[in-house]
Amino acid sequence: MRREPPQRLADYGPLFFPAGMLTVFFVVPFATMIAVSFFQREQGGFYQPAFVLDNYARFLSLFFGRVLGFSLMLAIAVAIACVVIGIPFTYLLSRTARKVQILWLVALLSILSLSEVMIGFAWSTLFSRTAGLTNLFVWLGLMAQPQALTPSFGAVMTAMTYQAFPYTVLVLYPALVRLDPTLTEAARTLGASPVKAFFTVVVPALRNTILATLIMVFIFALGSYLLPQLLGRPQHWTLSVLITDQAIYQSNMPFAAAMAVFLVLVTLGLVGLALYAGRQKEAA
Amino acid sequence: MRDILNAKLGRRAVLGAGLAGVSMLAMPAVLRAQEKSLKVGVYGGFFKDSFDKNIFADFTKATGIAVESVAEPTGEAWLVQLEQAARAGAAPADVSMMSQVAILKGQANDLWAPLDAAKLPNSKNLIDRFINKYPDGRIAGIGAVSWYITLVTNTDVYKEAPTSWAALWDPANADKLGLLALVSNSFLLEVTAKTHLGGTNALDTDEGIIKALEKLAEVKPNVRLWYRDEAQFEQALKSGEIPMGQYYHDVTGLAAADGFPVRSTFPKEGGILDSGSWAVSRASEKTEEAHVFIDYMCQPAIQATLSRKVGTSPTVKRDLLDLTDQEFAAVSSDIEPIIPRYDLYQSKSDFLNQKWTEMIAG
Repeated sequence: MRREPPQRLADYGPLFFPAGMLTVFFVVPFATMIAVSFFQREQGGFYQPAFVLDNYARFLSLFFGRVLGFSLMLAIAVAIACVVIGIPFTYLLSRTARKVQILWLVALLSILSLSEVMIGFAWSTLFSRTAGLTNLFVWLGLMAQPQALTPSFGAVMTAMTYQAFPYTVLVLYPALVRLDPTLTEAARTLGASPVKAFFTVVVPALRNTILATLIMVFIFALGSYLLPQLLGRPQHWTLSVLITDQAIYQSNMPFAAAMAVFLVLVTLGLVGLALYAGRQKEAA
Repeated sequence: MRDILNAKLGRRAVLGAGLAGVSMLAMPAVLRAQEKSLKVGVYGGFFKDSFDKNIFADFTKATGIAVESVAEPTGEAWLVQLEQAARAGAAPADVSMMSQVAILKGQANDLWAPLDAAKLPNSKNLIDRFINKYPDGRIAGIGAVSWYITLVTNTDVYKEAPTSWAALWDPANADKLGLLALVSNSFLLEVTAKTHLGGTNALDTDEGIIKALEKLAEVKPNVRLWYRDEAQFEQALKSGEIPMGQYYHDVTGLAAADGFPVRSTFPKEGGILDSGSWAVSRASEKTEEAHVFIDYMCQPAIQATLSRKVGTSPTVKRDLLDLTDQEFAAVSSDIEPIIPRYDLYQSKSDFLNQKWTEMIAG
């Protein structure tokens, strides 16, 4: 069957549903948020429709710049950690027996059923002094006395990586399963060690998949606001935490909206840059 | 007569009548509502459940006014809803329990119907601070319930109870504290001012606020957790993971009664006394019933019931209550409390929030 380009309006029919959904659930809320971000905040009350730039002006400060920088850095670090652990893991997984693969995938998918709250509380217990992992180390004779590993940057990173890891594997898995095994075999025949074959053949062949995974995990991690609160110190709070504070506790919707718009724009910019860089490299 | 008996009753008619009858029986409140009724907004969850069970039923029995309780969302969303509804001439609730900051914000827009003291004879039972007044002296709200935030400790880790809020600053408590994360619910500026700057009047000026923030910044090395989620701190306090901090006196008492190694102490500077007030929307057409309700709630007996059943601190004077010393100590203290500077959270909320966030996250 050949695919004909659409001729009549009706041929575009199947597009209307997703377009409608996108409009109702993304375009309209986002436009509302942009509108609110220009509204006038009333300190004693709520807000008034207006067109003021105060909310953006307040955001442009060293303090919020640092918070934004930290949020982006954290999201990038989580994305890289996920990919660095995810590729070897998925590569090895794709070469095991089908039964083992299914078992692992089901286990990983079940992580997705856990809410952020549960993941946060579970890790804060695991990292605690009174009931945590360090008690195990003491029992094994590796440490003198148990200590708290939270709140710390490491605790935030660990929990966020844990949370994003199933997505990483899910995106990498199809590409790695489909990867032609004769490619690595050829490399091995030509004398490359398994490690060298992995880095010179498998990784480059997956470049686009890796880029897509990085971007997906990055965006996913950028929205995290509960784990940094539960497991980090205030300097590890992301911009999403401050947005929540403004929206829920200060009822300062215009400022919260302005911060959110800024975050979305910076994210889109970074994703665009990554895609552009990826394409340039492909063209070269 | 005969004709009626012989009239053919359709199956649908029977079903319909039956359904209507059953639903009337299932909702006795609806039947009574035709006479006198009142919609009362209470914080959803624990408060609403407790009030439904322990207060509203008795009130209806005593006065014949049916109460329809409405679950209020937390934060200021309810204030906004009341405000917008009042502009349209509607009242989603006649009487609402409001936070002190929300009462002030409502006053700014004349949202609250002024209350008539003559119709509230029991209001003379109240401690003065629990009567909210407009700047011109009209009554905007009447204290409903109050609760304390105190200095709490894990008894396994701290054999001796601390006696002063100054313990928060003690270098010996490095990395041991859990404090509330927001300027508007921790009231730590007031604690700092009362403990180190001679009183909450020190916060009258911006310079005073900055000074309090600088003093408060000294506790940062002692703070392990700045919490928004109460459950997180409560669990850590019980296990001794975070053995000291600020928390709700009533909940800590309940945990201690359950056998957990925790205690709540009223420091010598006083516990933080926060409260909610009853206020009537100006759009309500039931001001008579609302007065009856608020007056009923001001009775010492009702306040005592609230203390026993809900764990709130009474808003009426101590000597009018039949609470035993033990019952009183479970919810309150005779030590002069620290009263939050609610006015600041209305007039300077953005300034306070910005400086506070910079202080703890900077």
